Amino acid sequence: MEPCEFPDIEQQLAPIFERHGRESSRLLQILLDVQEAFHFIPPEAVTCIAGHLGLPRVSVEGAAGFYSFLSLKPAGEYRILFSDNVTDQMLGNPELMQYFCNKLWLEPGKVSEDNLVSADRTSCTGMCDQGPAALVNGWPLTNLDQDRLDLIAELIRSKEPISRWPPILFEVKDNIRRADVLLGDALEPGVAIKAALERGADATLREMETSGLRGRGGAGFSTARKWSGCRASPGLAHYIVCNADEGEPGTFKDRVLLNSYADLVFEGMTIGAKVMGSAKGFLYLRGEYRYLLERLESILARRRATGLLGRDILGVTGFDFDIEVHLGAGAYICGEESALIESLEGKRGRPRNRPPFPAAHGYFHQPTVVNNVETFACAARIAAQGGKWFAAMGTRQSSGSKILSISGDCARPGIYEYPFGVSVKEILDDCGGEDVYAVQIGGPSGILISWKEFGRCISFEDLPTAGAFTIFKRGRDILQVVRNYAHFFAHESCGFCTPCRVGTQLQKKIVDKMANGNGTSSNLEELKHLGHIMRTMSHCGLGHTAANPVLDMLDKFPGAYEKKLKNLAFEPAFDLDSALETARKISGRDDPWAHLP
Amino acid sequence: MDEKKKIRVATCSLAGCFGCHMSLLDIDEKLFDLLGMIEFDRTPFTDIKHCGSCDIGIVEGGVSNAENARVLKEFRDNCKVLVAIGACAIDGNVPALRNNIDLWDCFREVYLYEGGLEGNQIPNDPELPLPFDKVYPIYEVVKVDYFLPGCPPSADTIWKFLTDLIEGREPKLSYEMLRYD
Repeated sequence: MEPCEFPDIEQQLAPIFERHGRESSRLLQILLDVQEAFHFIPPEAVTCIAGHLGLPRVSVEGAAGFYSFLSLKPAGEYRILFSDNVTDQMLGNPELMQYFCNKLWLEPGKVSEDNLVSADRTSCTGMCDQGPAALVNGWPLTNLDQDRLDLIAELIRSKEPISRWPPILFEVKDNIRRADVLLGDALEPGVAIKAALERGADATLREMETSGLRGRGGAGFSTARKWSGCRASPGLAHYIVCNADEGEPGTFKDRVLLNSYADLVFEGMTIGAKVMGSAKGFLYLRGEYRYLLERLESILARRRATGLLGRDILGVTGFDFDIEVHLGAGAYICGEESALIESLEGKRGRPRNRPPFPAAHGYFHQPTVVNNVETFACAARIAAQGGKWFAAMGTRQSSGSKILSISGDCARPGIYEYPFGVSVKEILDDCGGEDVYAVQIGGPSGILISWKEFGRCISFEDLPTAGAFTIFKRGRDILQVVRNYAHFFAHESCGFCTPCRVGTQLQKKIVDKMANGNGTSSNLEELKHLGHIMRTMSHCGLGHTAANPVLDMLDKFPGAYEKKLKNLAFEPAFDLDSALETARKISGRDDPWAHLP
Repeated sequence: MDEKKKIRVATCSLAGCFGCHMSLLDIDEKLFDLLGMIEFDRTPFTDIKHCGSCDIGIVEGGVSNAENARVLKEFRDNCKVLVAIGACAIDGNVPALRNNIDLWDCFREVYLYEGGLEGNQIPNDPELPLPFDKVYPIYEVVKVDYFLPGCPPSADTIWKFLTDLIEGREPKLSYEMLRYD
């Protein structure tokens, strides 16, 4: 379909421009608003935005083309994106999507002829404990089944605005199954900040050091070291960034923290601001959690009204700090801290060269601390209750607790908080995982462990994790799991460096070939070689870890692929004879030369 | 007869333009040195129709039809080392531009709708090679040992690659030999 014409685009965009001003860092937020208003980014709008922000047109189009929730072509008034995470797949999402498409005469990935609706897939939407899930124009749909899809199809046919759809469709539960120090007794808003103010910035930083707190995003860098590095770096301004771009498939703890513990997180950021002398903070919220935006804004407004944010916090003259929520738009790579900063600046989420690290050169090249949501929540608890108290929990090198997002084959999926050091077996017992065969710890970029390793412990010493804990029972096809992850990485690679851009594609092709029963032993060698190149040559963490699931499978689950290999040194990637079928039909030939063995 | 046994080499062009073969001929006077070390089996130079037992097989072009696939398999079965030479063999290149066009549309356009045709019909003679739905790179059809990129690879690159291989060294190409701008 030809894009419609928008002669009066400038008038239509005026209110959006007024909201955002002329800073180029607002580009992504402007594009998101345009997408919401027009259901795509019309070419006329690209030109207009470029003029308004004083950017080359190609920068605007480049950013719009980078993020999967932005669409440069009409994507329908209703755009349904089915979550493609492995847990959603196991709950039947591919079949549901097919059912939905058949019902509305849709072809996946294409807009209906009346430009009303389109259906496609998207990476994990963070609803793994209440899937199958999808997004409609960015709003999460949970617990999908055929009945709900019938209802949704009906609502779309009658062009009912999404705001009037039954709320039950959008119900998102916290599902907190086990709370410990972080999720336990609520902390009165302001208590932690008061404690930090009484103690002073230096002493608060010392408490952080005593606590031994390490980053909860998975890499586990010492928070005190990051903070003091940023604090010591000279700059025009210091920035605090909370990384809520929770894109790792199978992780959904930040969603719960922001839904029910946002005060604790903002409190942690404010304490960081005190320590680093920062006046400005950002919460980078992944596009999939856009539904939390209004709620978070109202909490921020309440905190401003009660003197916990804004000018002269808690009456301390000169302690000014405010937080702005910045929305992402469906790009896993933006969870990488330097890509996140690029995205905050309004650009494509392309990882930067490191060093220099963000602590010295971050947001607009000023010292910036980027911490995980959970890390800030921990920081608030430490400020309130002391570093020693925190360090007393967990193991030697992993103090405190860890929130796990448990999903997959178990009776009680949801949020579980444990002190570090808990064994996989104990977790499986608690969540009702029976006859478990494998667990993916920390999502696709983490570690795939087999039933032989269930004695291992969640900790930075043994099994580090950002929180995903995806369970597979006996009988699940591990090759299909790994295939899902290989497709995920191929889709999410930002395309900047060749080892990752090409490596993830080749890896996907070979795993597909194996899953289709055409794999050979030489393919295994190829995968190992490829994995080595990606691990050692890629530009950022995405490429470094993208081969993990494949390599773990080769190492620990020979049964998953061996029986599917053809026992030959080589096998074509496709069926030669059936690739001739079309031409046979066209020419009406069936002679021996029109066939291949 | 104490003369060292010559290395036997076969070459062919599948869905390619013979540009890589032309580039091989561009080694000019070194051809004499080359013929001192090797002898040709099936190649466009010898007009031998089927490939016999060889040491090295050099394949130009991608796999576009059943005939290409048969020739390629014959090469794989008979050559100890198989080399994909040039962009078409490696990734399909120009012939693969047809991959985005439906085969039906393609045939209709050429044989049925094109002006000036008489008795319009789609050819069905068994002598004609039957096209695949797409053009495939050769590594998707057989195992390939070496890839020599370029469109075409320069004569110097081909010479260096072949002499390395013939003299039993792992072929090593310098940065200059692999840059094309």
